Formats: sequence, structure tokens, C-alpha cells
Amino acid sequence: MPAPAHLFPLIRNCEISRIGSTVCYCHHKHLCCLSSHFAHSHFRYAPQKKFAALYRPKENFNHFIHARDYASTPQRFYLTPPQVNSILKANEYSFKVPEFDGKNVSSVLGFDSNQLPANAPIEDRRSAATCLQTRGMLLGVFDGHAGCACAQAVSERLFYYIAVSLLPHETLLEIENAVESGRALLPILQWHKHPNDYFSKEASKLYFNSLRTYWQELIDLNSGETTDVKEALINAFKRLDNDISLEAQVGDPNSFLNYLVLRVAFSGATACVAHVDGVDLHIANTGDSRAMLGVQEEDGSWSAVNLSYDHNAQNEHEVERVKMEHPKSEEKSLVKQDRLLGLLMPFRAFGDVKFKWSIELQKRVVESGPDQLNDNEYTKFIPPNYHTPPYLTAEPEVIHHKLRPQDKFLVLATDGLWETMHRQDVARIVGEYLTGVHHQQPIAVGGYKVTLGQMHGLLTERRARISSVFEDQNAATHLIRHAVGNNEFGTVDHERLSKMLSLPEELARMYRDDITIIVVQFNSHVIGACQNEEL
Amino acid sequence: MFLRLLSDLQWRAANLKWRRMTCSWRSTSSTAEPYPVSLPAQAQVVICGGGIMGTSVAYHLSKMGWKDIVLLEQGRLAAGTTRFCAGIVSTARHVSIELKMADYSNKLYQQLEQETGVKTGYMKTGSISLAQTQDRLISLKRIASSLNVMGIPCEIITPKQVAQLHPLINIHDLVGAMYVPEDALVSSANVSLALATAASRNGVQIHEKTSVSHVSVQKGRVTAVETDRGQIQCQYFVNCAGQWAYELGHSGEEPVNIPLHACEHFYLLTHPLKEPLASNLPTIVDPDGRIYIRNWQGGILSGGFEKNPKPLFTEGRNQLEIHNLQEDWDHFEPLLSALLRRMPDLEALQIMQLVNCPESFTPDMRCIMGESPTVRGYFVLAGMNSAGISYGGGAGKYLAEWMVNGYPSENVWPLDLKRFGALQSSRTFLRHRVMEVMPLMCDLKVPRWDFQTGRQLRTSPLYDRLDAQGARWMEKHGFERVKYFVPPGKDLLDLDQSKTFYKPDWFDIVGSEVKCCKEAVCVIDMSSFTKFEISSTGDEALESLQYLFSNDLDVPVGHVVHTGMLNEKGGYENDCSIARLSKRSFFMISPTDQQVHCWAWLKNRLPDDSNLTMEDVTWKYTALNLIGPRAVDVLSELSYAPITPEHFPSLFCKEMSVGYANGIRVMSITHTGEPGFMLYIPIEYALHVYNEVMNMGQKYGIRNAGYYALRSLRIEKFFAFWGQDLDAFTTPMECGREFQVKLEKGMQFVGQEALLEQKQNGVYKRFTMFILEDHDTDMDLWPWWGEPIFRNGRYVGKTTSSAYSYTLERHVCLGFVQHFDEKTGEELVVTTDFINQGEYEIDIAGQRFQAKAKLYPFSSLFTHRRRKDEEELSGYQRE
Repeated sequence: MPAPAHLFPLIRNCEISRIGSTVCYCHHKHLCCLSSHFAHSHFRYAPQKKFAALYRPKENFNHFIHARDYASTPQRFYLTPPQVNSILKANEYSFKVPEFDGKNVSSVLGFDSNQLPANAPIEDRRSAATCLQTRGMLLGVFDGHAGCACAQAVSERLFYYIAVSLLPHETLLEIENAVESGRALLPILQWHKHPNDYFSKEASKLYFNSLRTYWQELIDLNSGETTDVKEALINAFKRLDNDISLEAQVGDPNSFLNYLVLRVAFSGATACVAHVDGVDLHIANTGDSRAMLGVQEEDGSWSAVNLSYDHNAQNEHEVERVKMEHPKSEEKSLVKQDRLLGLLMPFRAFGDVKFKWSIELQKRVVESGPDQLNDNEYTKFIPPNYHTPPYLTAEPEVIHHKLRPQDKFLVLATDGLWETMHRQDVARIVGEYLTGVHHQQPIAVGGYKVTLGQMHGLLTERRARISSVFEDQNAATHLIRHAVGNNEFGTVDHERLSKMLSLPEELARMYRDDITIIVVQFNSHVIGACQNEEL
Repeated sequence: MFLRLLSDLQWRAANLKWRRMTCSWRSTSSTAEPYPVSLPAQAQVVICGGGIMGTSVAYHLSKMGWKDIVLLEQGRLAAGTTRFCAGIVSTARHVSIELKMADYSNKLYQQLEQETGVKTGYMKTGSISLAQTQDRLISLKRIASSLNVMGIPCEIITPKQVAQLHPLINIHDLVGAMYVPEDALVSSANVSLALATAASRNGVQIHEKTSVSHVSVQKGRVTAVETDRGQIQCQYFVNCAGQWAYELGHSGEEPVNIPLHACEHFYLLTHPLKEPLASNLPTIVDPDGRIYIRNWQGGILSGGFEKNPKPLFTEGRNQLEIHNLQEDWDHFEPLLSALLRRMPDLEALQIMQLVNCPESFTPDMRCIMGESPTVRGYFVLAGMNSAGISYGGGAGKYLAEWMVNGYPSENVWPLDLKRFGALQSSRTFLRHRVMEVMPLMCDLKVPRWDFQTGRQLRTSPLYDRLDAQGARWMEKHGFERVKYFVPPGKDLLDLDQSKTFYKPDWFDIVGSEVKCCKEAVCVIDMSSFTKFEISSTGDEALESLQYLFSNDLDVPVGHVVHTGMLNEKGGYENDCSIARLSKRSFFMISPTDQQVHCWAWLKNRLPDDSNLTMEDVTWKYTALNLIGPRAVDVLSELSYAPITPEHFPSLFCKEMSVGYANGIRVMSITHTGEPGFMLYIPIEYALHVYNEVMNMGQKYGIRNAGYYALRSLRIEKFFAFWGQDLDAFTTPMECGREFQVKLEKGMQFVGQEALLEQKQNGVYKRFTMFILEDHDTDMDLWPWWGEPIFRNGRYVGKTTSSAYSYTLERHVCLGFVQHFDEKTGEELVVTTDFINQGEYEIDIAGQRFQAKAKLYPFSSLFTHRRRKDEEELSGYQRE
């Protein structure tokens, strides 16, 4: 819950836009000593807390309530269920793997994805693609901070880097020859994109050249070994981050592109990527997005298995790792207020050259960079206690999992989801959604001793599930509905949902983060068959 | 005679399988074999259905002296809906005839045990109807006003008093309640058995396990009933088959439309509380929570009327037996929530069972009673809208009176089967409509609410044109009619918000339409009117009509006559305008919902003569009403014919051309007392004529208007209309329409004797107009109809309709004043002096407003059109 709960009832009674603008105004005044970007989750000095402390909300809101008296018509903001649905469904996307795609029977049935913005514009990104030259499917969620540039770039490029890392030597050669001779390229990826998921046209040439350099190096390196997925993932992550950094240092003659690569490098993004190939599931994670496996137990109940570790201050190993990489003298300043150098929430990320480059390099690039960059307080700002860079890496932690028939689905989601919902609830909600609990068995009292209260509790729970399941055709949408609309009883409360969704742009970020979710559904029959073969 | 009776049929709490429990039947005769007695070959009356309705009809018929009666039940007596119904006898009803039925039932059941020796479980508990909102409280206060003047004790109480009457109720969200101390609980099955016992003692033969396959009809009369055990010849058949009544009605060669449809209905039974509830604890009705709660065997019985009902048996009867219907807890959840909210202490109470008991509902929430319009001797009593036990006694009594005396002792038109036509018997229509009706059981009933389902069935050819111009619609007899036109750019509240007991949101809109009718010209589409053409080769038509109608129809060709179609008692069966088109043909215009009733009435009374033809031409003509002082200008420009009063006097009918269209029947009546014309247009010309009228009318300021404007106009002119103000118990003498009756027209007519007698002896009620004096239109509750009228502080009658008069800037109520003897309560003759010498008050939801009584309209005060008005006074209106 990103906002102090006691604020909520106060706010909903006030004229929201008025509060919104006022709050935002103050907010900038006091927190933007560095940059407005600092309001972002990954960069906040716990802004909510600060907010509450700074403005002593009670007095302040009393003031707002008075202010309302002067307003001629108190505005009612109340979204109807169809309006709520249209907001929730605006970004939903579903993909079903064709049953006979000619090559293999996929262990993936399909996936549902969706995202709900809190920032404007949204800083989360998502990607999904099928590898065409190797087997498998790639899916990922990317949580940007300090802008969306980095997340955007990673969402466009990372899967190419992974696919290329996975390609056998011959295929790489074939591709290189084709490029060399101007022939048509073999397609590497088949993207599954929502119309809102865009690729930047301007940078495609630049990105392509970087990628080509990568595969040329791979060709030169030809190790002859069969490609290990885990290694390929790590290499791809590191290489892309390296390319981002290099592109920013080199710059580009085109001023637009020059500014773009700098924005990409100075903003940051976490990534959580799944590679599914038959029963082999690899999760490569950098940062605090999370992958979770939904497992159906024999009794039909649902449990959650984590397939990634958050790279943040709550992860002791991560804190340990960071401390190991830097001299003991910095031990105290490395992690402050649960943030890296007191600033950054995720301990691993793409971009964020401020935490990677030496001070000299940063100064040089900023000074030679375009004016926009120079004028930006944030880019000029050097993190405190910045002695032994790099402090940040994009290297992912890769977990391999062999899929079992009871593994029904995988949820990839940015921290916007996980900070509102426990993974166990996520597993249950998605599990029940996918197996269609709405075909619930009717209840019969029979000879049992049931009280009215017990029956009422049971029915309320069933109804909550049914009503929300019926509205959604997409598991990710369904999950977002719960994440945003759940009340204290764990059921979707339309009023709450409506209020959360009608918050003005400036205020939305106070109450929730961007949420991006991909739910991958597995084909248990195929997985079962694969298992038998291997045995 | 073989009759097995229940001796101790009681719901046993201890036995979960109580539905299947073995009942100990005791034979009242010596025989005990399964089918000992064969069916009689003939009987005067065969009643189908052994539920509360069938047994009640049998009971009352036998009490009234008819003995040759056979009651057939396909299963066991009282085994259908009656078996499962919750057994609440509640008199809190909106419609006055329903209120009377419930009151009678209550009194009947109270003494039934003593009369028959059968335990009925009658317990006077009283009932409390709760209000969670102010609007609900208003609604309850309206009912309380009606109950009080009926002599039924009833009071509006505070939430605190509710808590004193019932220990378990959570009162924090209540604003008030209505307490009816005489309401009762019964075991409905046992009441039914008691009625059967009494009937059988009076000679009624009861046969169980006998199902009726169909009814044989010859020459439009019931002749016999076919059963699975043989045929019974009979004169009368009574269909009391409950939810199967529709199907049974359609099983014969000559179908009888009985528009009803079953819905599942759920209620909950619990084990007793730790400290069992007292059996005299009041029944709770919480309409805002959609539930009712009664004490039952120390525990509770609670059911309700959900928002999303489950209709069933749409395809007719199938394998699904009523006993095997499933409990549906998920469906019951909202009602259970409401129950626990109302009585939170019940949380720990243990569930015994959720009972699924189908109930039948009708398209207008009122039960169905009376004789089929197509088959004589075929009577129906069904469609109780889940109030069967409350109505059972009274409904049975009225139907028995109807059969024995030809008409019941009260006006039952609101319940008459003939208010429906074939159009209401579509299964799709019924299924959709009952899904709206069932939730309405608990919804707030505000003035002027319209059904939303089953709409746009019958429409005028101008429907789309009018709709595009902002028409808002209501429905009458399946026909869409305009209420008013929302001007462009003006938005009214949405449907839910416009429901109010106070000044409605269309007030100014209708006001401007009325103003236009008064000052310029308006056009109202009145195509829904029922139109018949009656003609003959000789003088048969005139002779028959002269006998059937009270006014003199032997007028010159081209004249229009307002006349009543009276019954033997002189009461209005119909109120209509008849134009003499030629020597031998007549054009008759009646209210919209007379289509079935009037047709049946005339069919049954016109001589069976091939020279005489009657045709229903309702669908052939579109009717436009041109109202206003400039109507004459519009019409004369469109027809190039002189329309001056010399050429076209009042109450005149002429076929003429309007625009390019020929053969338009133009009549100089408007049904409002305002000047203007009715245009009866063959439908293919409707759009053309409408367009011409609107184009030509532009320079005269023409605009569309709707029925709300019409109503305001006619009520301020003191025009009564049939179905609302006039009914079969009202004579022309009682509503100041002597001039519409030609007592000396040289031949006898129906009702003549009764009218002559009234003329001599005076009338016992008088139609009166009331102008509210201290009523604030903006702030006070608006009158509707059914408000009690008080004269010098004493109750003298009820209003029948009301409207705001934009001319008087006052509310006008119309209603009947009676004169009850102060000591004996006996009805006395009402004289003009009695009316004029009194201080009047109208009670609107418990609040009394001073009113000025008038026996003649105000028109003479405003205008010089008095003569014309008086002539037109006879105009019946329909709303």
C-alpha cells in the first residue's frame, strides 16, 4: 500500500483535482531539489512518508475541505463499471500459441499480458516474442525509472541480444552473410505486441549496428560449444547494458539520437525475462520485478513458487554482494534507507550510468552532451559517497526450473503488483481464474450443520470471485483488478477500484506504481509427455 | 365421495425431509381404496387446481348455494405453490381492490379453524414494514392512509418502536416503519385443506390425482372438461392451475390467454434459536433489503424478491418437478446478506433448508381473475404474484360472486383477465416481463412508473419521427404512447433519479406543452385508441347500439355522440365516442385497454345476425389530436375546406382530404375541452399527414405534445376517464353526465332502469373535483390517486386521479364523495348541498391538504366556451 491509508477517506471527499494540483506543486517545490524524476519509486526518498510528514495532512486536508465550500458544484468522480473496464482493458493483450505450429508442440498454451499506468507516461514496458531460429519463447517485463527511455530501449533490444546469444554458429554466419550481401535477413524473433507497444524507428539503425557488432564478435569467438541458455542470458544482459553505456559515451551525430542514447543511459530499467523451451524454464532477473510459478497441489489448491530473487535491500545476499564489491570504508554509505547509496531501490539495473561511470566520465559526457542534458539538474547530480564505481550491474541472476505437470502458469510482474499483493494470493487468483472456478459447484447444505454466518461468508467469497472473473477475458487484467480494487476482505470492491482509477495523473503515483503483468499458461499435457520422454 | 384430509399437516422442524414426510390422511368417508369413486359424468362447475385458489373458489361457490361442483387436482390437495408458500397474510397493499381481498382473507382465515375444525395455524402476529429511506417511508405512509380509512388498524412507528416490537432487528439504518397489528401467519396448506373440508361438507366433490387435459368448447361456450380419468360435461370451468394456468389455457382448441409466468422463489428455514422465537413475533418486511422474515417453529423463515429472478417453465412443463427444484445458495446470497444486516444476531443460527418454491407472476403485478373474453363459462383465477395466501380468500369470493351473480361486489377491473390481449401471451414477452416484475415487488412504486421490458410492441407509424424529436414513452396495452417531448439540448435526469413523489423533472416541459395547447396548436399522437366499425345492411346496427348504449345514437349522419356503454346496474362498462358515418354504419372510439373487454361485451350482446358486422379497425387508423385555438387554421389551410363553426360545428365528423391524402376522418373533438380536431388517418397516409400538419403548423407555432399535457388539460376541465375515474360501479348520474343519457329515447337500453331509479332516489356517491389550496407544488408531496378525502374531518371517499393545472396553478384531484351516516356508517344519498357545504381535506401520505370541492369545471370562469365545454364534457380520456 503505497499511501498512508488514513489519507484516503479524506481525499475522496475533497475536490480531487484541487488537491492533486496543490500537492503536486508542493511536491515539486520540496522534492525536486534534484529532479522531478526523484519522485519515482526507484528513486524516492520514501516520498510518501516524506509527503505525510511534510504536509501534516490533517490540517492540510481540512483546508481542502474548506476550499470545497467555495467551489460552486462539488464534482463527483465516480466511474461506472464499463468505464472502469475500459480503463483496465485498454492495454490488455492475449496470445494463444497455435496448436500446430509445424515444429513442435509448445509447452506454452499462450499468455495474457496487461499494464496499468500510474506514471504519465507509463515507465513500465513488456515484451513477448517467439524465437524463430531456435526453439522457445521469450517474455519479459521491464520497470523503468527516471523516465521510460531505458525500459523502452531494453524492451526493444534485449530479446535480440538473447536470441543472438542462443543462435548456433552456422545461423550467425548465415545472418551475417545475408547482411553483408544485402539479402533478406532470416527473421530471428516473432513479436507478440499490443498496438501500444512501440519500437522507436529512429534508433533502429543504431541498435542494429550494435547488435551486429555483437554477433560478429560471437562469430569470431566461436567456441564450438553448444549454447548454454543460462550463459546466453547473462551474456545478453551484460552486453546490452554495455552497449547502452558505450552508445552514450560515443554519442551520435544526429542530435535527436544523441539525446536519445543519453536519456537511455541516464535512466534505468529492471528486467525480468523468462525463456521457455519445452520443460526448461529459465528466469533471468535484474532488479526487483519478480517471476512466480503457479503450482496446483494435488488437492486442487494453489501455491506459489518464486523463480527470482528481488535485487533490493530486503535481499540479504544482494546487500552482502554489494558490500563485497566495495571497500569496507563504504559499508555504511552503500545502503541507506533501503536504497543503494540512499537513492536507488533496485540493486541491479540496466542504464543508470550515474551509478556505473566514474565521476570524470559522467562530467565529460554531460558537459559535451546536448543542452537539455546539461540543464538537467538530475544528470549533473553525482550520488553522495560515490567513491568506487561501478555500484550497479545489469548482470541477471538466472534460475533454471524444470517444468512439471503441476506447474500451471508463470506470472512475471513489476513491483507495482507485488507491493500490493502477496504471491500466494496471486497464485490463487490466477489459478482460479484459469481453471474457471466460475463453474463452481453449487452449495448444498445437506445434513451438515451450517450457520447463517458461515454460509454468508462462503457465499460472499464465491460471489466476489465470480463477479470479477466474469468481467475479464484476460488473466493479467483480472489480476490488476484485484491488485487495485481489493478491499480488506480480499474481494474486488468496485467503489475502491473506481476511485483508484479516477485519480488524476499527478496523484495516481502516490497510491500505486505502474503495474505490468504477463501470465504465461503452460500446457500440462505437453509437459507431462516431455517428462516421460526424458525418463 | 372420497376425500382424504390432512389431520395434522404441520411442518416439523425436527425432520429435514419434511417435504416428503408421510402425512396421515384420514378418510372422511368409509372407502379407502385408491380410486374408489369414478368421476361424475357431468357437473355445473369444474374447478381445476387444488391449491388455495381452487379450494377458495369451491368454498365460496358452495357457500353461495351452488352445489354441483367438482374440484380436480392433478396431485394432492395443496401440493403446489400453496404447499410451499410462506404463509404470510399481509394487508399492506397498494391497489385498493387487493387491499380489500387481503382484508377479507385475513378475516376468513381467522375463523376458519372454528368453522371447519381443521387446524390452520392462524396466528395474529402483526407485520412491520421497514423503511430505510424517506421515499420508502412516504410509500408506506400512503398505504397506511388507505388502511386506516378501510378500518384496518395501522400506524407509522419510529425505529425505536420497531426495536420494542422485535428484539432482533438492527434499526440503525431505518427511518421509520409501518406496523399493521392485525396481519397474520397461517399454514397455507392447512388453510387450503380447511377450505376444501368446508366445501366438501357443502357438497363439492374433490378428486385428487386427476389431471385436466383440455376444455371442450362449442359455439364459444364451455361444454366439457377432458381429464385423464374421463370426461365431465359442465357449464362452467374454473382454471385455478397456478403456474400451469397458461398452458392449460392453451391446451384446448379455443385458446384462452392467461398471461403469467413462473419464477423461482427462495426462502430459508432455520433451526430454532437457542431461546426459540415467540410464535406471535411480528413478521418483518424489509422492502429496501428485498426480504421478509417471519418466525417459524422457534426459528425464522426468510425469503425475498431478488433483482435477478430466475424465470422457469418458459418452454412449458417439463420433467422438472416442482419438488425437485434445486436450492441455489449463490443466488440467495444478496438476500442472506440483507437478512444478516437486518438481524445480525442470527449469524450463529443453524440453517435447516433453502426452499425453492416457484411463484407465478403477471405482466402488471396484479392477479388475473374473471371470464375469458373468447370462451363463455371459462373462468380464471391465477397469477398471484407471490401473494396467493393473502388474496386467496378474497379472490375466491369475488370470482364466486362473479360466476353466481354475473359480477363481483367490487370493481375488479384492475384484476380482470380482459385487461390483457393476445399480445401479452407471448412466452418471450412474459419471460422478460416477469423478470422485471419480480424485483418490482420490493422496488419503490412511485407515481408514473413504466415497465421497461416488453416495450415497442405496438407503435404508431410515426414512432420513429416522434422519437427523434425527443419523445419519452410510456406503454398502454402494449402500445407506445408519448408522455412528453424533451426539447433539444435539454437533458432530463436518468430513469432512476426521476423517480420521485415530489415535483417531477418534466414539470416545465409539460407546462410549455400545455401552454402551447392553450395558445397555439399542438399535435398529440393518440393512435392507441381502440376503434371499432359496426355496420349492417339494414337497421340492425342502429337498433342494437341504441339498446347497448345510453345516449341517443339516432342522430344525423356526421354527428359524434359521447356515450356510456352501461351494464344492468347503470355502471360504465365502457365510455366511448361514436360517430355515425352513414345511416347504417358507426365508428366507435374507446379507451386503449378496452380492446378486449369492449369487443367481448359487444360480441356477447349483439344479435347473432349475419347482416350485422363488427370490425376491430384499431390498427387501420393513426389518430392525431390537433389541440388549440389555431388548429382550425392549420386544418383549413391543409384542406382548402371551410372549417368555420357553421360548416364544422362541435361534435361533428367529416371525411375530407388533408394535404394529398384523401379519406381522413376529421372529428371536432379533442378529449380535453380545448378547441381542436381528431384526425383518423388510414395508416399509409399517417406520415404524410403528420408532415403536412407540422409544416403548415409552423407559422402557427405548432409543436408536439404528449399524454401528460393531455391529462393536465382534461383534469382541470373535470373530464373523467374510464378505467381510472369511471368503472363498472359508476353511473352517469354519479359523475354529472345525465346529459349523456337519453332516458326517453323511445326504446329500452341496458341500465335504463337503474338510472331511472337513481334519478328518482338520488346517488350515493358523487364525482367531485378538488382544488388543493395550501399545497406547495415545489415542496409538498404530489397527489397521485387513491388519496383519502376528508369532509369536515370525516372520511368520505378516495381520489381517482390528479394533475397539476398549469392554468389554475394548483393541483386538481378528481374523486368520489360518499356520505356515511355518522352513527351507523350507512351510505346515504349525496346531494349537491352535501358536496358544497363541507370543508375538505386530501390526505397525501398522512399529510392533509385543504381542498375546495367543485361539481362543475372552472372553464366558465376563464373563457366563453362554456357551452361547447359542456357538450364535450362527456369526452372520456385515457392516460
